[in-house]
Amino acid sequence: MDAYTILQQAISGVATGGIYASVALAVVMIYRAIDHFNFAQGEMAMFSTYIAWSLMHAGLPYWWAFILTLAISFLGGVLIERVIFRPIHDAPVLSHVVVFIGLLAIFNSAAGFIWDYTIKPFPSPFASGGLFGSTLISLHKAGMIAVTLVVLGLVYAFFRFTEVGLAMRAAAQNPESARLVGVRVEWMTALGWGMAAAIGAVAGMMIAHDVYLEPNMMIGVLLYGFAGAIVGGVDSPGGAVFGGFLVGIIENLVGLVPFVGSELKLTVALVLIVGVLMVRPSGIFGTRVVRRV
Amino acid sequence: MTVGAGPQAVIPPKPVRPPSGLAVAGISLRAWRRFWLVLGIVVALTLPLFAGSFTTFQLTQAAIYAIAILGLNLLTGFNGQFSLGHSAFYAIGAYTAAIMMDQWEIAYYWTLPAAGLICLVVGFLFGLPALRLEGLYLALATFALAVATPQILKFSPLEEWTGGVQGIFILKPDAPPGLPLDQDQWLYYFTLAVTAVLFVCARSLVRSRTGRAIMAIRDNPIAARSMGINTALYKSLTFGVSALYTGVAGALGAIVVQFVAPDSFTFLLAVTFLVGLVIGGVGSIPGSLAGGLFVLFLPNLAEQISKGLAWGVYGVILILLIYVMPSGAAGLVRLVTMRLAKPSG
Amino acid sequence: MKMTILAMSLLSAALAGAAFAGPAAAADMPGVTDTTIKIGNTNPYSGPASAYGTIGKTIDAYFRKVNAEGGINGRTIEFISYDDGYSPPKTVEQTRKLVESDNVAVVFQGLGTPTNSAVHKYLNSKKVPQLFVATGATKWGDPENYPWTIGWQPNYQSEGRIYAKYLLEEKPDAKIAILYQNDDYGKDYVQGLKDGLGDKASSMIVAEESYETSDPTVDSQVINLKSSGADVFFNVATPKFAAQAIRKVAELGWEPLHLLNNVSNSPGAVLEPAGLENSTGIISAFYHMDPTDSQWADHPGYKEWLAFMDEYYPDGDKKSTFTVFGYLAAQTMEHVLRQAGDDLSRENIMKQAASIQDLELGMLLPGIKINTGPSDYFPIEQMQMARFNGTNWELFGEIISGEIGS
Repeated sequence: MDAYTILQQAISGVATGGIYASVALAVVMIYRAIDHFNFAQGEMAMFSTYIAWSLMHAGLPYWWAFILTLAISFLGGVLIERVIFRPIHDAPVLSHVVVFIGLLAIFNSAAGFIWDYTIKPFPSPFASGGLFGSTLISLHKAGMIAVTLVVLGLVYAFFRFTEVGLAMRAAAQNPESARLVGVRVEWMTALGWGMAAAIGAVAGMMIAHDVYLEPNMMIGVLLYGFAGAIVGGVDSPGGAVFGGFLVGIIENLVGLVPFVGSELKLTVALVLIVGVLMVRPSGIFGTRVVRRV
Repeated sequence: MTVGAGPQAVIPPKPVRPPSGLAVAGISLRAWRRFWLVLGIVVALTLPLFAGSFTTFQLTQAAIYAIAILGLNLLTGFNGQFSLGHSAFYAIGAYTAAIMMDQWEIAYYWTLPAAGLICLVVGFLFGLPALRLEGLYLALATFALAVATPQILKFSPLEEWTGGVQGIFILKPDAPPGLPLDQDQWLYYFTLAVTAVLFVCARSLVRSRTGRAIMAIRDNPIAARSMGINTALYKSLTFGVSALYTGVAGALGAIVVQFVAPDSFTFLLAVTFLVGLVIGGVGSIPGSLAGGLFVLFLPNLAEQISKGLAWGVYGVILILLIYVMPSGAAGLVRLVTMRLAKPSG
Repeated sequence: MKMTILAMSLLSAALAGAAFAGPAAAADMPGVTDTTIKIGNTNPYSGPASAYGTIGKTIDAYFRKVNAEGGINGRTIEFISYDDGYSPPKTVEQTRKLVESDNVAVVFQGLGTPTNSAVHKYLNSKKVPQLFVATGATKWGDPENYPWTIGWQPNYQSEGRIYAKYLLEEKPDAKIAILYQNDDYGKDYVQGLKDGLGDKASSMIVAEESYETSDPTVDSQVINLKSSGADVFFNVATPKFAAQAIRKVAELGWEPLHLLNNVSNSPGAVLEPAGLENSTGIISAFYHMDPTDSQWADHPGYKEWLAFMDEYYPDGDKKSTFTVFGYLAAQTMEHVLRQAGDDLSRENIMKQAASIQDLELGMLLPGIKINTGPSDYFPIEQMQMARFNGTNWELFGEIISGEIGS
């Protein structure tokens, strides 16, 4: 294994990590809003991407389709929260998990039914070719990383500097107290869902160009995105993004190890991720949970 | 400011038992419970004599899933540790049985204790580092286990043992000589017996001091520790016992299906167990039986409604079930009982 | 109290008895009445493998066509297909349902290797024909041990051998890098290539990389393969990953001799998304026409298929080779049933399935014929190689017969 290959793998890992980071961001977003994880996040992102594809196929130029898809996804997220989750508000968390699983199945099945399983190429807003003309990383992948970082910045600013962001964090962590100070908890949750759906849509549209659009596009991505969010610290947007990149790099470099090769790549990557959790049980940048009596 | 998912965020509040001294339609709740139990036993024992071998086979599988779900219930429902990785223990149990029967020609009934023992140890060992993790983080760790399992089973150097991607065949055992039962019926009764034993054991475990300690850890780990309960030991042991149950289920599953392959044990199986746990009723032992029946028959129902959207319809049914019974079937039964019950005497 | 229990037990027993009594059918022709033939099938309609469910739907559409046009010797086909989600235990359950509850005559075109493996012994012990299984594994053509099971498509190992033979002739000092899916399908192809190369396998193959279907991309695998210095790339991936690999190879500036497996060589479904320029020069092997290849547009076989799709399966994906696959398999089944005439016992159907002579079907490549015999349980063994010129696949060479065990 020469140094150039290692470099290539590392950079390719950063590029793939960009995929995971964007999904991890959506994961964190929903976590911030509802204090648990939405298994259907990946399928919702995939469905949004198909909507974008349909719009473009109907003649809309890229950026119009992009913006319209964001709006539709946002509304869809809000609707799902209001219509599907409001009635079971008081149900135990595990029941919510089953509803997420149900949503996953519905989106996946519907996408296959409506748009078939043949892979569809998805356009990129960035020009084709390599970054600075090299073969190390394509313009699209570099662009995707840039977009992820921009969205991260927006999310961070939203939670840190806006009133609405603060209200949303309060509503998620302590609904009763938040209500007492006048926060409209239900609408905060719905808003969080909408934002998570929109971020997921962005992730989906960026990813689809690299992995090709098909109904099962996000299943593997979600696993790594989830892992990235956890490893980075699921309550920290920056941490989750960092975690996503880390997972991408680990995954690619592990494939270089001689005995392991690609046959155990997934296993070793997961073992390493769990190993990180052993050392930092709340993720690298996650807030440590300290319970005092 | 403390933040993050603690155990409270993931497990449901303790199920409420209807207070004794209540009656429905003049008959005490205790008598009712006994009635349903006897009826259930009678129906279970006589069913294969009337149902065809295919339905017998289906019910045997449902019982096996019920055992696996009970294992998960012990860990998640009674001890508050969230696991998305029980398909791994099921696979270990299944492959243990397959290798023992295929390569060493050991009789099928010995594979169950072997599978249980191996899974007890593996579960305990997994539970040790898992002590440091909670909620979502534990979910990921267990999920990683489930996802990695098929890949490990396909690993080339292990192919001699595991059969690699081709899997392993097992011969179906015959009924003991003298009994007028065919293979399906015998396996049904055998599984039924194992199920009964395991469920009774689970019930006595839950009602014992150990059980109370386990549940105390779920409800308030700090209080539990301050009362002198060795939380680390109990949590790891529960992991082990939970894995034991699911491993025995896996071994039974292998015997009944007569085939094991890596594709039978993907993370979707772990998700199925979780769904069965919730629909049956978290923290309810009879609920696990209902869960087993649900996960076997629900996909068939969904398929009958629409083949093209089979998975989608399954998802819709899941969501509707949660609406109707947010705390699972056991929760619904409890609710109905409370509505109908009046103080007796 | 005891009376209630007794009454309820009797009631449930009666209901059970009524529900599970099977339909009346001719004793020696199970699944067949004077007016119907029941054909059973399992396919993944749910879960991550649901893309393959298209095959089941196409077969269903084709049998509807057969029924609409008068059926077979006066009988209509009742096609019963159940979802197994690509899970072997579920396949066992659904297959037993087909055999024991629905009492089908035959089980046809079950999809997948692990799924068919799970019911392999069961169907043979019950003497139910397991016909034309939808998988390319080599194990299905074993009439001595499993006389009731027969494959259909050219098996993966013989295709691998075809590529090996080609390499030994055209590029004997090649350095080969292989990308393969980590399951029976991928491993079978690799095995075939290695068997075909014989002693030279270990010296010619310089790199092997596998991937799981849960991997988002195969980029890192392709990078490793290129760095091995190989000049031949054997691409054993399913459509999505094959397209990713083709594109990555071009992005890296690597220009190997690119051998692409038959499952993923569709111009419309794979090469176009990957980039037609990137795909120029790729070599593959074929046994049927691809619906997105414009060179067949005027061929009567293609037009027939198109008319069938328009009328009976208009929602079907005309870009998907699965529809051609299902169409051809269903036609083979139809032929066997017609040949069986009025003797539709399982024994005779199996016998007819094992005595197909020179059957030519519209969407098979011209010159390729289906042949089976008592010791030849491989219906389609011939393939022809082709090179992609940027628009179509240009067939070259002769029709090759993949020999097993040679």
